[in-house]
Amino acid sequence: MSTQTPTQTEESSETDAEADVPSKGDERRDEKRRRAAEERARRQAEEAEKAAADEETVELKVFRYDPEVEGKQEPRFDTFHVPFTKGMTVLDALMYSRDTYDSSLTFRHSCRQAVCGSDAMFVNGGQKLACKTQIAELEQPIRVEPLPHAEVRKDLVVDMEHFYDQMEAVEPYFQTNEYPDGELEEQRQTRENREKIKMSTRCIWCSACMSSCNIAAGDNEYLGPAAINKAYRFAMDEREGEDIKQKRLEIIEQEHGVWRCQTQFSCTEVCPKDIPLTEHIQELKREAVKNNLKFW
Amino acid sequence: MHEHDVIVVGAGGAGLRAAIAAQEAGADVAIVSKLHPVRSHTGAAEGGINAALRDADSWEDHAYDTMKGSDYLGDAPAVEALCQESPEEVIQLEHWGMPFSREEDGRVSQRPFGGLSFPRTTYAGAETGHQMLHTMYEQVVKRGITVYDEWHVMELAVTDEDDPADRTCHGVVAYDIQSGEISGFRAENGVILATGGMGQVFDHTTNAVANTGDGVAMAYRAGAPMEDMEFIQFHPTTLPSTGVLISEGVRGEGGILYNEEGERFMFEHGYANNDGELASRDVVSRAELTEVNEGRGIEDEYVHLDMRHLGEERILDRLENILHLAEDFEGADGLTEPMPVKPGQHYAMGGIETNEFGETVIGGLYAAGECACASVHGANRLGGNALPELIVFGKRAGRHAAGEEMGEAEVTTGKDGDWEAADYEFETEVGETGGQGPAAADGGAVATDPDGVLEAEVERAEARVEELLSRKGRNHAEIRSTVQQTMTANVNVFREEGRLEKTLDDLREAREAYKDVAVSDPSRTFNTDLIHTMETRNILDIAEALTMGALARKEFRGAHWRKEHQERKDENWLKHTLVSWNDGEPELWYKPTILEGENKTYEPKNRSY
Repeated sequence: MSTQTPTQTEESSETDAEADVPSKGDERRDEKRRRAAEERARRQAEEAEKAAADEETVELKVFRYDPEVEGKQEPRFDTFHVPFTKGMTVLDALMYSRDTYDSSLTFRHSCRQAVCGSDAMFVNGGQKLACKTQIAELEQPIRVEPLPHAEVRKDLVVDMEHFYDQMEAVEPYFQTNEYPDGELEEQRQTRENREKIKMSTRCIWCSACMSSCNIAAGDNEYLGPAAINKAYRFAMDEREGEDIKQKRLEIIEQEHGVWRCQTQFSCTEVCPKDIPLTEHIQELKREAVKNNLKFW
Repeated sequence: MHEHDVIVVGAGGAGLRAAIAAQEAGADVAIVSKLHPVRSHTGAAEGGINAALRDADSWEDHAYDTMKGSDYLGDAPAVEALCQESPEEVIQLEHWGMPFSREEDGRVSQRPFGGLSFPRTTYAGAETGHQMLHTMYEQVVKRGITVYDEWHVMELAVTDEDDPADRTCHGVVAYDIQSGEISGFRAENGVILATGGMGQVFDHTTNAVANTGDGVAMAYRAGAPMEDMEFIQFHPTTLPSTGVLISEGVRGEGGILYNEEGERFMFEHGYANNDGELASRDVVSRAELTEVNEGRGIEDEYVHLDMRHLGEERILDRLENILHLAEDFEGADGLTEPMPVKPGQHYAMGGIETNEFGETVIGGLYAAGECACASVHGANRLGGNALPELIVFGKRAGRHAAGEEMGEAEVTTGKDGDWEAADYEFETEVGETGGQGPAAADGGAVATDPDGVLEAEVERAEARVEELLSRKGRNHAEIRSTVQQTMTANVNVFREEGRLEKTLDDLREAREAYKDVAVSDPSRTFNTDLIHTMETRNILDIAEALTMGALARKEFRGAHWRKEHQERKDENWLKHTLVSWNDGEPELWYKPTILEGENKTYEPKNRSY
């Protein structure tokens, strides 16, 4: 099973335009590409040989695509053989592959500890954070692809703009009409209420949930699990007050809001922070009904 | 070309707070960051935010603890600003909805942290940084502040007068990671660097892969000195295989450290007879490595941190995140077994020299947060003092850059006040190697004309990228790895003269190698090979200045331990180390620490815990 084939119309027209005026830089780059491809093929062949002799090696099949590099405009899979070490994660294996075999292998990553949310990808057919996915728990060869249902920019990097737009569509910021009188005085919040919103505040915006959701795949305007969870985080926060809550329920019960969810639980299954997304969406549906709002 | 009043580089805690403050002061502000804001490493901070919120506590006590923790290398005006303004900033975060952990009565909880005389650390579970980062990004969204995300800032547009104090900053040059476009960003009022830590200078670090000290290196090459770079905090509890941080909160809640023989070594071997596990971080890190070096470590590498006795309920309530980290990254179950931990690079106390408003010596150039050195942490940062620094000094820099009147600074920058030249002869040559093309050139100032400097800088950036992409040469990854390994082997918790000198030698070789660096990915689309190659240059410059400072400072103060110099020497060393790039010929100099506060002078005392 593969993910998606990127559209290439724009890219090819750009390449054509450039081809009309070949500069010295272009020639050097072409030459370099050829050399790089040869070098890569040689090193990968060597590694394959080593792999045959050594059982402690991991085999990765990684999706490759670059809209402007010859040989990568047609999506393909490259195979990398990586020496296994105890505790190795998919991210470790990708970094090793990049730093050892092919420095053009591209993926987002930063914190390496499942809090920056940069490295969600499709590993053996499931949405995972590469940094917290242990190699030892996966069947080989390990197939690594970009997140489905998002446009691929290059290799494992997808366009996140749509996800960010949906997150920002739910007024994702605290609002209240009333602050305590005293200077330096905090709003009170019960421990129970903090506990109620705790899981929803753990979202790291990795977009694994959005990628796993069939409804989001079919309805581009659907807010999606992460954005609805963000709305839940505020709607359930007792510090905001009832009138703000009313406004929040109106936002999420719109046509492309909570009622689109068909409770398939795929978002909840893939969430790397164990946020009960489907439950949160269901609870908002109940709240909306309770408030006697319009039913789409 | 983009134009704004204020440009903020970096979108972590300090950058977001600076942008909000500048906008509130009426400026048109934009954030330029190589990561989307929510990816910033502020999100990994676990423990908390120190703030003297309660009647039984006071900012004066917080300042006293901080000065003592700094081993009297903090500058009192900056330290007092931190402690006075942290409470209002914490309340501000709460008013923006940050989900702090709560007491029974609904007020914000506080817990004890190492080196504090009062339990004043506010927190949100063991994910305080994540909650703080997201809360502030929400405010940025609310205000509609422009964010150029996934734009890597390459260089600053700074004029090239001889004296850095005469230079002015007019913007930045950035590379759009998504498209490969290079563009100038003109800043009418000021540029605020908020680029965070530089942990990637080391091999074993809690810092993100993106923490390559870009802002520090750029400012340095443009003429702003690096201050107190030798002071690196090694956090005592990081997971051995990855460097992932286990919060000090675990020890704050009562977690205990054991060696292989099951001894509670902090007490049984006399490292900190009063505070034990809650002694200052440098003390605990050295204790752990001493245990390992003397053969009492587990697998000759680490010690155990045990929190089982706290009970499942308390652990789940206050430290749940720690269970996930230990399980996912080390395969340890904190509820049923002790967790393996060892010291890892965690935080840079030093950085770009600034005053207490975030101003550097260069006109219109500011710095705030971990990349800056005001200095509030001196020779050692206390746990829970990094996050308040982001919001207090982020806000101050933002307001000042937007043109608010804030009075006269007490902390000087550059050679404005008392200063002395260092008389240290390094065995190895340092600085620019000479003979490099645009790919490895220093990126310092190019023109004196304030109007033309940004365009000139854009042109040079284009030439640099063109050369990196088109020529054949060495991949940067090996160079970066060499630097990280020599730094972790030789400029770690324990430092000796011979090994420090050897490090300068290794770094010289790495600089020579970097002259031939090239990028093998020819693409302009999301070329991370190119970004990492440019970052490696920054790592090189920082590693060198850091090692120079470590060699020159012949004393043991805070996090800086020297084998040959086992005492704090107040008669000679109550002063900051500064390294100026000096157009490729680094110059080492000193300026005195300011111990005089608003109402009192902080007399250096023995720092025992």
